Amino acid sequence: MKIIACIKQVPDSEAKVKAENGQVTWGDAPLVINPFDEYAVEGALQQKEANGGTVTALCIGPETAREALKHALAMGADEAILVSDPALNDIDSVGAARVLAAAINKIGGADMVMFGRQTLDNGAGVTPPQTARVLGWPMLGWVGQIKVDAGSVQVERVLEEGRQTVKANLPAVLSIVQSIGEPRYPSFMGIRKASKAAIPVWSVAELGVSVPAAVVTRVEISNPPTAETVCEIIAGETPEAIAETLADKILAEKVL
Amino acid sequence: MKTWVYIDHFKGEVQVASWEALGLGKSLGAVTAIVLGSGVDAVAKAAFEYGADEVIVVDDASLADYRAEPFASTFSALASSSTPDLILLPTTARTRELSAMCAVDLNSGVLTDVSALSVDGDKVTVTRPIYEGKVLEKTVCNAKPQFVTLRGRAFPKPAQEAGRTGAVTKAEAKADVKSSVEGYSATEAAVNIGDAAVIVSGGRGVSNNPSLGDEKAAAEKGFALLGELAGLLGGAVGASRAAVDGGFITYAHQVGQTGKVVAPDLYIACGISGAIQHLVGMRNAKLIVAINKDAEAPIFKQARFGVVGDLFAVVPALTVALRKRLGK
Repeated sequence: MKIIACIKQVPDSEAKVKAENGQVTWGDAPLVINPFDEYAVEGALQQKEANGGTVTALCIGPETAREALKHALAMGADEAILVSDPALNDIDSVGAARVLAAAINKIGGADMVMFGRQTLDNGAGVTPPQTARVLGWPMLGWVGQIKVDAGSVQVERVLEEGRQTVKANLPAVLSIVQSIGEPRYPSFMGIRKASKAAIPVWSVAELGVSVPAAVVTRVEISNPPTAETVCEIIAGETPEAIAETLADKILAEKVL
Repeated sequence: MKTWVYIDHFKGEVQVASWEALGLGKSLGAVTAIVLGSGVDAVAKAAFEYGADEVIVVDDASLADYRAEPFASTFSALASSSTPDLILLPTTARTRELSAMCAVDLNSGVLTDVSALSVDGDKVTVTRPIYEGKVLEKTVCNAKPQFVTLRGRAFPKPAQEAGRTGAVTKAEAKADVKSSVEGYSATEAAVNIGDAAVIVSGGRGVSNNPSLGDEKAAAEKGFALLGELAGLLGGAVGASRAAVDGGFITYAHQVGQTGKVVAPDLYIACGISGAIQHLVGMRNAKLIVAINKDAEAPIFKQARFGVVGDLFAVVPALTVALRKRLGK
Protein backbone atom coordinates (compact mmCIF):
# COMPACT_ATOMS: atom_id res chain seq x y z
CA MET A 1 0.00 0.00 0.00
CA LYS A 2 1.50 3.28 -1.15
CA ILE A 3 0.11 6.31 0.60
CA ILE A 4 0.90 9.98 0.02
CA ALA A 5 -0.06 12.55 2.65
CA CYS A 6 -0.25 16.09 1.23
CA ILE A 7 0.55 18.73 3.80
CA LYS A 8 1.06 22.48 4.01
CA GLN A 9 2.88 24.79 6.38
CA VAL A 10 0.87 27.60 7.98
CA PRO A 11 1.21 30.10 10.83
CA ASP A 12 0.15 28.66 14.15
CA SER A 13 -3.44 29.20 15.33
CA GLU A 14 -2.24 31.45 18.12
CA ALA A 15 -0.41 33.73 15.67
CA LYS A 16 -1.54 37.34 15.48
CA VAL A 17 -2.11 37.35 11.74
CA LYS A 18 -2.88 40.73 10.21
CA ALA A 19 -2.90 42.71 6.99
CA GLU A 20 0.00 45.17 6.82
CA ASN A 21 1.09 47.18 3.75
CA GLY A 22 -0.85 44.90 1.47
CA GLN A 23 0.78 41.79 2.89
CA VAL A 24 -0.38 39.16 5.37
CA THR A 25 2.02 39.15 8.30
CA TRP A 26 2.29 37.16 11.52
CA GLY A 27 5.42 38.60 13.14
CA ASP A 28 7.70 35.95 14.56
CA ALA A 29 4.89 33.47 15.26
CA PRO A 30 6.00 29.91 14.50
CA LEU A 31 5.05 28.14 11.29
CA VAL A 32 3.61 24.68 11.83
CA ILE A 33 2.16 21.79 9.88
CA ASN A 34 -1.45 22.72 9.03
CA PRO A 35 -3.40 21.21 11.98
CA PHE A 36 -5.95 19.61 9.63
CA ASP A 37 -3.10 17.87 7.79
CA GLU A 38 -1.96 16.12 10.96
CA TYR A 39 -5.14 14.05 10.64
CA ALA A 40 -4.12 13.16 7.08
CA VAL A 41 -0.71 11.98 8.29
CA GLU A 42 -2.37 10.09 11.16
CA GLY A 43 -4.82 8.43 8.77
CA ALA A 44 -1.99 7.48 6.42
CA LEU A 45 0.06 5.97 9.25
CA GLN A 46 -2.96 3.98 10.50
CA GLN A 47 -3.45 2.51 7.02
CA LYS A 48 0.24 1.68 6.72
CA GLU A 49 0.02 -0.15 10.05
CA ALA A 50 -3.11 -2.03 8.96
CA ASN A 51 -2.02 -2.94 5.44
CA GLY A 52 1.74 -2.52 5.26
CA GLY A 53 3.40 -0.17 2.79
CA THR A 54 4.90 3.29 2.87
CA VAL A 55 3.83 6.82 3.67
CA THR A 56 5.28 9.73 1.71
CA ALA A 57 4.67 13.28 2.89
CA LEU A 58 4.38 15.80 0.06
CA CYS A 59 4.37 19.56 0.39
CA ILE A 60 4.40 22.63 -1.87
CA GLY A 61 6.07 25.53 -0.15
CA PRO A 62 9.21 27.57 0.45
CA GLU A 63 12.41 26.10 1.95
CA THR A 64 11.05 26.72 5.48
CA ALA A 65 8.29 24.18 4.77
CA ARG A 66 10.90 21.45 5.37
CA GLU A 67 10.01 21.81 9.05
CA ALA A 68 6.40 20.77 8.40
CA LEU A 69 7.65 17.75 6.43
CA LYS A 70 10.00 16.90 9.31
CA HIS A 71 7.00 16.87 11.62
CA ALA A 72 5.33 14.29 9.35
CA LEU A 73 8.56 12.26 9.29
CA ALA A 74 8.82 12.44 13.07
CA MET A 75 5.23 11.17 13.34
CA GLY A 76 6.32 8.16 11.29
CA ALA A 77 6.20 8.96 7.57
CA ASP A 78 8.84 7.07 5.60
CA GLU A 79 9.90 9.83 3.27
CA ALA A 80 9.19 13.44 2.43
CA ILE A 81 9.31 15.51 -0.74
CA LEU A 82 9.23 19.28 -1.02
CA VAL A 83 8.06 20.96 -4.20
CA SER A 84 9.60 24.42 -4.07
CA ASP A 85 9.91 26.98 -6.80
CA PRO A 86 9.61 30.78 -6.77
CA ALA A 87 7.35 30.40 -9.80
CA LEU A 88 4.75 28.82 -7.51
CA ASN A 89 4.41 31.83 -5.21
CA ASP A 90 1.21 33.09 -6.78
CA ILE A 91 -0.55 29.91 -7.88
CA ASP A 92 -4.23 29.43 -7.09
CA SER A 93 -5.87 26.22 -5.88
CA VAL A 94 -6.36 24.74 -9.35
CA GLY A 95 -2.68 25.45 -10.03
CA ALA A 96 -1.69 23.79 -6.75
CA ALA A 97 -3.81 20.77 -7.67
CA ARG A 98 -2.10 20.46 -11.06
CA VAL A 99 1.36 20.70 -9.48
CA LEU A 100 0.46 18.18 -6.75
CA ALA A 101 -0.95 15.77 -9.34
CA ALA A 102 2.29 16.05 -11.33
CA ALA A 103 4.33 15.38 -8.19
CA ILE A 104 2.13 12.39 -7.32
CA ASN A 105 2.71 11.01 -10.80
CA LYS A 106 6.46 11.60 -10.52
CA ILE A 107 6.48 9.69 -7.22
CA GLY A 108 5.00 6.83 -9.23
CA GLY A 109 1.36 7.22 -8.21
CA ALA A 110 -0.18 5.88 -5.01
CA ASP A 111 -3.04 3.76 -3.75
CA MET A 112 -4.36 6.57 -1.59
CA VAL A 113 -3.60 10.29 -1.42
CA MET A 114 -4.71 11.90 1.83
CA PHE A 115 -5.29 15.56 2.61
CA GLY A 116 -6.58 17.48 5.61
CA ARG A 117 -10.08 18.89 5.16
CA GLN A 118 -8.78 22.42 4.53
CA THR A 119 -5.89 24.67 5.45
CA LEU A 120 -5.83 27.26 8.21
CA ASP A 121 -4.62 30.01 5.88
CA ASN A 122 -6.84 30.01 2.80
CA GLY A 123 -9.42 27.71 4.29
CA ALA A 124 -11.19 26.97 1.02
CA GLY A 125 -10.85 23.18 1.22
CA VAL A 126 -10.89 22.89 -2.57
CA THR A 127 -7.42 21.57 -3.31
CA PRO A 128 -8.21 17.93 -2.34
CA PRO A 129 -11.19 17.57 -4.74
CA GLN A 130 -9.33 19.49 -7.43
CA THR A 131 -6.33 17.17 -7.15
CA ALA A 132 -8.68 14.18 -7.40
CA ARG A 133 -10.25 15.74 -10.49
CA VAL A 134 -6.90 16.37 -12.18
CA LEU A 135 -5.81 12.79 -11.42
CA GLY A 136 -9.21 11.41 -12.46
CA TRP A 137 -9.49 9.48 -9.19
CA PRO A 138 -12.56 9.21 -6.93
CA MET A 139 -12.81 11.86 -4.22
CA LEU A 140 -13.81 10.77 -0.76
CA GLY A 141 -14.11 13.87 1.40
CA TRP A 142 -14.50 14.37 5.17
CA VAL A 143 -13.46 10.83 6.03
CA GLY A 144 -13.43 9.64 9.64
CA GLN A 145 -12.85 5.91 9.15
CA ILE A 146 -11.06 3.88 6.47
CA LYS A 147 -11.09 0.18 5.59
CA VAL A 148 -9.09 -1.15 2.66
CA ASP A 149 -10.12 -4.40 1.05
CA ALA A 150 -8.46 -5.89 -2.05
CA GLY A 151 -8.19 -2.91 -4.37
CA SER A 152 -11.10 -0.98 -2.94
CA VAL A 153 -11.66 1.26 0.03
CA GLN A 154 -14.70 1.71 2.22
CA VAL A 155 -14.88 4.91 4.21
CA GLU A 156 -17.18 6.57 6.66
CA ARG A 157 -17.74 10.22 5.75
CA VAL A 158 -18.62 12.53 8.63
CA LEU A 159 -21.25 14.86 7.20
CA GLU A 160 -23.78 17.31 8.56
CA GLU A 161 -26.54 14.84 7.75
CA GLY A 162 -24.90 11.91 9.53
CA ARG A 163 -22.30 9.34 8.73
CA GLN A 164 -22.28 8.10 5.17
CA THR A 165 -20.56 4.87 4.14
CA VAL A 166 -19.02 5.05 0.67
CA LYS A 167 -17.04 2.56 -1.34
CA ALA A 168 -14.63 3.26 -4.20
CA ASN A 169 -11.91 1.54 -6.15
CA LEU A 170 -8.31 2.49 -5.51
CA PRO A 171 -6.49 4.68 -6.22
CA ALA A 172 -8.50 7.38 -4.50
CA VAL A 173 -8.07 10.81 -2.93
CA LEU A 174 -9.32 11.21 0.65
CA SER A 175 -9.68 14.22 2.91
CA ILE A 176 -9.50 13.28 6.57
CA VAL A 177 -11.32 14.80 9.57
CA GLN A 178 -10.68 14.57 13.27
CA SER A 179 -12.86 11.47 13.82
CA ILE A 180 -9.90 9.48 12.45
CA GLY A 181 -8.29 9.87 15.88
CA GLU A 182 -5.88 12.16 17.68
CA PRO A 183 -2.69 12.66 15.63
CA ARG A 184 0.20 10.87 17.31
CA TYR A 185 2.97 12.91 18.90
CA PRO A 186 6.37 12.59 17.26
CA SER A 187 8.47 10.09 19.21
CA PHE A 188 12.00 10.87 20.35
CA MET A 189 13.34 8.35 17.83
CA GLY A 190 11.10 9.84 15.18
CA ILE A 191 12.42 13.34 15.81
CA ARG A 192 16.00 12.07 15.57
CA LYS A 193 15.27 10.26 12.34
CA ALA A 194 13.50 13.30 10.89
CA SER A 195 16.36 15.63 11.74
CA LYS A 196 18.75 13.48 9.70
CA ALA A 197 16.41 12.75 6.81
CA ALA A 198 17.32 14.02 3.36
CA ILE A 199 14.32 15.81 1.87
CA PRO A 200 14.54 16.09 -1.91
CA VAL A 201 13.40 19.39 -3.40
CA TRP A 202 11.67 19.31 -6.77
CA SER A 203 11.32 22.35 -9.01
CA VAL A 204 8.49 22.85 -11.48
CA ALA A 205 10.86 21.97 -14.34
CA GLU A 206 11.59 18.62 -12.69
CA LEU A 207 7.88 17.88 -12.57
CA GLY A 208 7.59 18.45 -16.29
CA VAL A 209 4.66 20.85 -16.00
CA SER A 210 4.38 24.49 -16.88
CA VAL A 211 3.34 26.81 -14.06
CA PRO A 212 -0.41 27.24 -14.31
CA ALA A 213 -1.43 30.91 -14.50
CA ALA A 214 -3.58 31.89 -11.52
CA VAL A 215 -7.22 32.45 -12.42
CA VAL A 216 -8.13 33.48 -8.88
CA THR A 217 -6.20 36.56 -7.77
CA ARG A 218 -6.26 38.73 -4.67
CA VAL A 219 -6.90 42.43 -5.18
CA GLU A 220 -6.84 43.68 -1.61
CA ILE A 221 -6.45 42.56 1.97
CA SER A 222 -7.69 44.26 5.09
CA ASN A 223 -8.16 43.72 8.78
CA PRO A 224 -11.69 43.01 9.96
CA PRO A 225 -13.28 45.78 11.99
CA THR A 226 -12.39 45.23 15.61
CA ALA A 227 -15.31 45.48 17.95
CA GLU A 228 -13.93 45.92 21.43
CA THR A 229 -16.28 43.82 23.50
CA VAL A 230 -16.63 44.71 27.11
CA CYS A 231 -18.26 41.91 28.99
CA GLU A 232 -20.99 42.89 31.39
CA ILE A 233 -21.08 40.36 34.19
CA ILE A 234 -24.62 39.67 35.33
CA ALA A 235 -24.69 39.03 39.06
CA GLY A 236 -27.54 38.18 41.41
CA GLU A 237 -28.52 36.51 44.66
CA THR A 238 -29.82 33.33 43.02
CA PRO A 239 -29.52 31.64 39.61
CA GLU A 240 -33.18 32.63 39.04
CA ALA A 241 -32.47 36.30 39.74
CA ILE A 242 -29.47 36.20 37.40
CA ALA A 243 -31.56 34.50 34.73
CA GLU A 244 -34.30 37.15 34.98
CA THR A 245 -31.81 39.98 34.44
CA LEU A 246 -29.99 38.10 31.67
CA ALA A 247 -33.26 37.33 29.86
CA ASP A 248 -34.13 41.05 29.85
CA LYS A 249 -30.67 41.98 28.59
CA ILE A 250 -30.83 39.41 25.77
CA LEU A 251 -34.28 40.56 24.67
CA ALA A 252 -33.16 44.21 24.73
CA GLU A 253 -30.50 43.33 22.12
CA LYS A 254 -33.29 42.30 19.73
CA VAL A 255 -31.56 39.20 18.45
CA LEU A 256 -34.48 36.87 19.14
CA MET B 1 -24.93 39.08 -16.50
CA LYS B 2 -26.03 35.49 -16.77
CA THR B 3 -26.37 34.18 -13.23
CA TRP B 4 -26.96 30.63 -12.09
CA VAL B 5 -27.72 29.49 -8.57
CA TYR B 6 -27.08 25.92 -7.51
CA ILE B 7 -29.75 24.65 -5.11
CA ASP B 8 -27.96 22.37 -2.67
CA HIS B 9 -30.13 19.79 -0.97
CA PHE B 10 -29.80 16.50 0.89
CA LYS B 11 -32.37 13.99 -0.33
CA GLY B 12 -34.77 16.83 -1.16
CA GLU B 13 -34.10 18.81 2.04
CA VAL B 14 -32.80 22.19 0.79
CA GLN B 15 -29.97 24.01 2.57
CA VAL B 16 -31.46 27.36 3.57
CA ALA B 17 -28.37 29.16 2.27
CA SER B 18 -29.44 28.03 -1.23
CA TRP B 19 -32.36 30.46 -0.95
CA GLU B 20 -30.01 33.18 0.32
CA ALA B 21 -27.93 32.58 -2.85
CA LEU B 22 -31.09 32.82 -4.94
CA GLY B 23 -31.95 36.13 -3.26
CA LEU B 24 -28.50 37.52 -4.03
CA GLY B 25 -28.67 36.26 -7.63
CA LYS B 26 -32.04 37.90 -8.05
CA SER B 27 -30.65 41.24 -6.92
CA LEU B 28 -28.23 41.06 -9.87
CA GLY B 29 -30.91 40.34 -12.50
CA ALA B 30 -32.65 37.32 -13.96
CA VAL B 31 -31.56 34.10 -12.35
CA THR B 32 -31.59 30.45 -13.33
CA ALA B 33 -31.69 27.83 -10.57
CA ILE B 34 -30.01 24.47 -11.10
CA VAL B 35 -31.42 21.41 -9.35
CA LEU B 36 -29.72 18.01 -9.57
CA GLY B 37 -31.03 14.86 -7.92
CA SER B 38 -33.66 12.17 -8.15
CA GLY B 39 -37.32 12.98 -7.53
CA VAL B 40 -36.63 16.68 -7.06
CA ASP B 41 -39.85 18.26 -8.40
CA ALA B 42 -40.59 19.77 -4.99
CA VAL B 43 -37.13 21.38 -4.90
CA ALA B 44 -37.66 22.93 -8.35
CA LYS B 45 -41.10 24.17 -7.28
CA ALA B 46 -39.63 25.80 -4.17
CA ALA B 47 -36.88 27.42 -6.28
CA PHE B 48 -39.54 29.31 -8.26
CA GLU B 49 -41.23 30.36 -5.04
CA TYR B 50 -37.94 31.79 -3.76
CA GLY B 51 -37.42 33.81 -6.93
CA ALA B 52 -35.93 31.69 -9.72
CA ASP B 53 -36.97 32.85 -13.21
CA GLU B 54 -36.05 29.55 -14.78
CA VAL B 55 -35.11 26.18 -13.31
CA ILE B 56 -32.88 23.63 -15.01
CA VAL B 57 -33.60 20.21 -13.55
CA VAL B 58 -31.55 17.07 -13.98
CA ASP B 59 -33.67 14.34 -12.44
CA ASP B 60 -31.92 11.00 -12.69
CA ALA B 61 -31.66 7.87 -10.57
CA SER B 62 -27.85 8.09 -10.78
CA LEU B 63 -28.06 11.38 -8.83
CA ALA B 64 -30.16 9.96 -5.97
CA ASP B 65 -27.24 10.06 -3.57
CA TYR B 66 -24.86 12.97 -3.81
CA ARG B 67 -21.50 11.85 -5.11
CA ALA B 68 -18.87 14.28 -6.25
CA GLU B 69 -18.10 12.88 -9.70
CA PRO B 70 -21.50 12.43 -11.37
CA PHE B 71 -22.71 15.75 -9.91
CA ALA B 72 -19.58 17.59 -11.09
CA SER B 73 -19.61 16.06 -14.57
CA THR B 74 -23.31 16.77 -15.01
CA PHE B 75 -22.95 20.34 -13.79
CA SER B 76 -19.83 21.01 -15.88
CA ALA B 77 -21.60 19.77 -19.00
CA LEU B 78 -24.54 22.11 -18.33
CA ALA B 79 -22.29 25.09 -17.67
CA SER B 80 -20.07 24.52 -20.68
CA SER B 81 -23.05 24.46 -23.04
CA SER B 82 -24.92 27.43 -21.51
CA THR B 83 -21.91 29.58 -20.47
CA PRO B 84 -23.17 31.44 -17.38
CA ASP B 85 -20.99 34.31 -16.15
CA LEU B 86 -21.55 33.71 -12.46
CA ILE B 87 -22.54 30.61 -10.51
CA LEU B 88 -23.62 31.15 -6.90
CA LEU B 89 -23.78 28.27 -4.44
CA PRO B 90 -24.35 28.04 -0.70
CA THR B 91 -21.21 26.89 1.17
CA THR B 92 -21.53 23.27 2.26
CA ALA B 93 -19.21 20.25 2.24
CA ARG B 94 -20.90 19.19 -1.00
CA THR B 95 -20.69 22.51 -2.84
CA ARG B 96 -17.05 23.11 -1.93
CA GLU B 97 -16.31 19.82 -3.66
CA LEU B 98 -18.68 20.34 -6.56
CA SER B 99 -17.55 23.88 -7.41
CA ALA B 100 -13.89 22.90 -6.94
CA MET B 101 -14.14 20.06 -9.44
CA CYS B 102 -16.20 22.04 -11.97
CA ALA B 103 -13.58 24.83 -11.79
CA VAL B 104 -11.00 22.24 -12.91
CA ASP B 105 -13.27 20.96 -15.70
CA LEU B 106 -14.00 24.45 -16.99
CA ASN B 107 -10.53 25.98 -16.49
CA SER B 108 -11.93 28.53 -14.10
CA GLY B 109 -11.71 29.15 -10.38
CA VAL B 110 -13.78 29.12 -7.22
CA LEU B 111 -14.16 31.70 -4.44
CA THR B 112 -15.44 29.98 -1.30
CA ASP B 113 -17.14 31.06 1.90
CA VAL B 114 -17.84 34.54 0.60
CA SER B 115 -19.29 37.09 3.02
CA ALA B 116 -19.76 40.07 0.65
CA LEU B 117 -19.89 40.58 -3.10
CA SER B 118 -19.81 43.54 -5.48
CA VAL B 119 -20.43 43.59 -9.20
CA ASP B 120 -18.84 45.59 -12.00
CA GLY B 121 -20.37 44.66 -15.35
CA ASP B 122 -20.29 40.89 -15.44
CA LYS B 123 -17.29 40.62 -13.14
CA VAL B 124 -17.61 40.11 -9.41
CA THR B 125 -15.26 40.98 -6.57
CA VAL B 126 -15.83 39.06 -3.38
CA THR B 127 -14.79 39.46 0.22
CA ARG B 128 -13.87 36.30 2.07
CA PRO B 129 -12.30 35.67 5.45
CA ILE B 130 -8.87 34.00 5.45
CA TYR B 131 -6.57 32.90 8.27
CA GLU B 132 -9.61 31.89 10.30
CA GLY B 133 -11.19 35.29 9.87
CA LYS B 134 -8.16 37.19 11.15
CA VAL B 135 -7.79 38.84 7.74
CA LEU B 136 -10.27 39.67 4.96
CA GLU B 137 -9.32 39.36 1.33
CA LYS B 138 -10.95 40.73 -1.77
CA THR B 139 -10.50 38.35 -4.66
CA VAL B 140 -11.60 37.96 -8.23
CA CYS B 141 -11.90 35.02 -10.58
CA ASN B 142 -10.46 36.03 -13.96
CA ALA B 143 -12.22 33.35 -15.97
CA LYS B 144 -15.79 32.23 -16.54
CA PRO B 145 -17.91 30.90 -15.08
CA GLN B 146 -16.99 32.55 -11.79
CA PHE B 147 -17.88 30.04 -9.06
CA VAL B 148 -18.79 31.74 -5.78
CA THR B 149 -19.92 29.85 -2.67
CA LEU B 150 -21.69 32.07 -0.12
CA ARG B 151 -21.26 31.90 3.62
CA GLY B 152 -24.49 30.91 5.34
CA ARG B 153 -26.45 33.79 6.87
CA ALA B 154 -24.23 36.43 5.21
CA PHE B 155 -26.98 37.35 2.72
CA PRO B 156 -30.71 37.82 3.43
CA LYS B 157 -33.12 35.00 2.74
CA PRO B 158 -35.80 36.13 0.25
CA ALA B 159 -39.47 35.75 1.10
CA GLN B 160 -41.25 32.71 -0.29
CA GLU B 161 -43.97 33.56 -2.76
CA ALA B 162 -46.39 30.63 -2.71
CA GLY B 163 -47.64 29.50 -6.11
CA ARG B 164 -45.03 31.44 -8.12
CA THR B 165 -43.95 29.27 -11.09
CA GLY B 166 -41.93 29.41 -14.29
CA ALA B 167 -40.40 27.38 -17.06
CA VAL B 168 -38.60 24.15 -16.19
CA THR B 169 -35.88 22.95 -18.54
CA LYS B 170 -34.95 19.28 -18.26
CA ALA B 171 -31.37 18.22 -18.88
CA GLU B 172 -29.51 14.92 -18.98
CA ALA B 173 -27.26 13.49 -16.31
CA LYS B 174 -23.71 12.64 -17.29
CA ALA B 175 -22.51 9.24 -16.11
CA ASP B 176 -19.29 9.53 -14.11
CA VAL B 177 -19.67 7.08 -11.29
CA LYS B 178 -16.52 6.42 -9.29
CA SER B 179 -17.99 5.48 -5.91
CA SER B 180 -21.05 3.88 -4.39
CA VAL B 181 -23.01 4.96 -1.33
CA GLU B 182 -23.46 1.95 0.95
CA GLY B 183 -25.63 3.66 3.52
CA TYR B 184 -26.08 6.15 6.30
CA SER B 185 -25.72 5.57 9.99
CA ALA B 186 -29.05 6.22 11.64
CA THR B 187 -27.50 6.80 15.03
CA GLU B 188 -26.81 10.46 14.42
CA ALA B 189 -29.54 12.96 13.85
CA ALA B 190 -29.10 15.52 11.10
CA VAL B 191 -27.54 18.66 12.50
CA ASN B 192 -26.82 21.83 10.64
CA ILE B 193 -25.56 24.39 13.07
CA GLY B 194 -24.47 26.60 10.14
CA ASP B 195 -28.08 27.62 9.44
CA ALA B 196 -29.13 28.19 13.05
CA ALA B 197 -30.05 31.71 14.20
CA VAL B 198 -29.47 30.70 17.83
CA ILE B 199 -26.83 28.28 19.10
CA VAL B 200 -26.62 27.08 22.67
CA SER B 201 -23.21 25.48 23.00
CA GLY B 202 -21.65 23.28 25.63
CA GLY B 203 -18.07 22.52 26.58
CA ARG B 204 -16.11 20.52 29.08
CA GLY B 205 -18.09 22.15 31.90
CA VAL B 206 -21.25 20.34 30.80
CA SER B 207 -19.72 17.08 32.05
CA ASN B 208 -18.70 18.58 35.35
CA ASN B 209 -21.41 17.92 37.92
CA PRO B 210 -20.45 15.14 40.35
CA SER B 211 -23.93 15.18 41.93
CA LEU B 212 -25.29 13.65 38.70
CA GLY B 213 -22.82 10.73 38.64
CA ASP B 214 -19.92 10.28 36.27
CA GLU B 215 -18.94 12.68 33.48
CA LYS B 216 -21.02 10.90 30.90
CA ALA B 217 -24.18 11.05 33.00
CA ALA B 218 -23.58 14.71 33.82
CA ALA B 219 -22.99 15.58 30.17
CA GLU B 220 -26.14 13.79 29.11
CA LYS B 221 -28.17 15.85 31.56
CA GLY B 222 -26.22 19.01 30.75
CA PHE B 223 -26.74 18.78 27.00
CA ALA B 224 -30.42 18.00 27.62
CA LEU B 225 -30.68 21.34 29.48
CA LEU B 226 -28.94 23.14 26.61
CA GLY B 227 -31.27 21.36 24.19
CA GLU B 228 -34.33 22.66 26.05
CA LEU B 229 -33.08 26.24 25.84
CA ALA B 230 -32.11 25.83 22.17
CA GLY B 231 -35.51 24.27 21.46
CA LEU B 232 -37.34 27.17 23.08
CA LEU B 233 -35.40 29.64 20.93
CA GLY B 234 -35.75 27.61 17.73
CA GLY B 235 -32.01 27.10 17.69
CA ALA B 236 -29.46 24.31 17.62
CA VAL B 237 -27.06 22.77 20.12
CA GLY B 238 -23.37 23.37 19.53
CA ALA B 239 -20.31 22.05 21.32
CA SER B 240 -16.66 22.73 21.88
CA ARG B 241 -14.06 20.26 20.77
CA ALA B 242 -13.50 19.18 24.40
CA ALA B 243 -17.11 17.99 24.61
CA VAL B 244 -16.86 16.15 21.29
CA ASP B 245 -13.53 14.53 22.19
CA GLY B 246 -15.06 13.52 25.52
CA GLY B 247 -17.66 11.55 23.58
CA PHE B 248 -20.52 13.62 25.02
CA ILE B 249 -21.90 14.78 21.68
CA THR B 250 -21.24 14.11 17.99
CA TYR B 251 -18.78 15.89 15.72
CA ALA B 252 -21.56 17.47 13.64
CA HIS B 253 -22.23 19.79 16.60
CA GLN B 254 -18.66 21.00 16.89
CA VAL B 255 -18.01 24.73 16.59
CA GLY B 256 -14.48 25.95 15.99
CA GLN B 257 -11.37 25.49 13.97
CA THR B 258 -11.72 21.79 13.19
CA GLY B 259 -15.50 21.92 13.42
CA LYS B 260 -17.79 24.49 11.91
CA VAL B 261 -17.54 28.27 11.68
CA VAL B 262 -20.88 29.78 12.64
CA ALA B 263 -22.36 33.28 12.83
CA PRO B 264 -25.74 33.06 14.59
CA ASP B 265 -27.63 36.04 15.97
CA LEU B 266 -27.22 34.64 19.49
CA TYR B 267 -24.53 32.29 20.79
CA ILE B 268 -24.77 31.08 24.37
CA ALA B 269 -21.53 29.42 25.47
CA CYS B 270 -22.03 27.17 28.50
CA GLY B 271 -19.08 25.66 30.31
CA ILE B 272 -16.77 26.59 27.44
CA SER B 273 -13.44 28.08 28.50
CA GLY B 274 -12.84 29.76 25.13
CA ALA B 275 -9.66 28.38 23.57
CA ILE B 276 -8.66 30.28 20.41
CA GLN B 277 -9.62 27.22 18.34
CA HIS B 278 -13.19 27.61 19.59
CA LEU B 279 -13.30 31.41 19.37
CA VAL B 280 -12.41 31.44 15.65
CA GLY B 281 -15.55 29.42 15.05
CA MET B 282 -18.07 31.70 16.79
CA ARG B 283 -16.68 35.18 17.31
CA ASN B 284 -18.80 36.56 14.45
CA ALA B 285 -22.01 35.82 16.31
CA LYS B 286 -24.06 39.01 16.79
CA LEU B 287 -24.53 38.52 20.51
CA ILE B 288 -22.39 36.23 22.66
CA VAL B 289 -23.40 35.19 26.16
CA ALA B 290 -21.03 33.16 28.32
CA ILE B 291 -21.90 31.07 31.35
CA ASN B 292 -18.90 29.63 33.15
CA LYS B 293 -17.84 28.81 36.70
CA ASP B 294 -14.36 30.21 36.12
CA ALA B 295 -14.35 34.02 36.15
CA GLU B 296 -10.94 33.96 34.45
CA ALA B 297 -12.13 31.92 31.46
CA PRO B 298 -11.07 33.61 28.18
CA ILE B 299 -14.60 33.20 26.79
CA PHE B 300 -15.64 36.24 28.86
CA LYS B 301 -13.30 38.40 26.77
CA GLN B 302 -15.45 37.62 23.71
CA ALA B 303 -18.84 37.80 25.39
CA ARG B 304 -21.18 40.78 25.68
CA PHE B 305 -22.89 39.32 28.74
CA GLY B 306 -21.36 36.89 31.21
CA VAL B 307 -22.53 34.87 34.14
CA VAL B 308 -19.98 33.47 36.55
CA GLY B 309 -21.92 30.51 37.81
CA ASP B 310 -23.05 26.94 37.44
CA LEU B 311 -24.65 26.22 34.08
CA PHE B 312 -26.72 23.43 35.65
CA ALA B 313 -28.54 26.11 37.68
CA VAL B 314 -28.36 29.11 35.34
CA VAL B 315 -29.37 27.46 32.04
CA PRO B 316 -32.70 25.99 33.25
CA ALA B 317 -33.48 29.26 35.04
CA LEU B 318 -32.76 31.17 31.82
CA THR B 319 -35.06 28.81 29.92
CA VAL B 320 -37.86 29.57 32.39
CA ALA B 321 -37.21 33.33 32.31
CA LEU B 322 -37.13 33.49 28.50
CA ARG B 323 -40.17 31.22 28.10
CA LYS B 324 -42.14 33.59 30.33
CA ARG B 325 -41.10 36.64 28.28
CA LEU B 326 -41.60 35.01 24.89
CA GLY B 327 -45.03 33.82 25.94
CA LYS B 328 -44.32 30.25 24.92
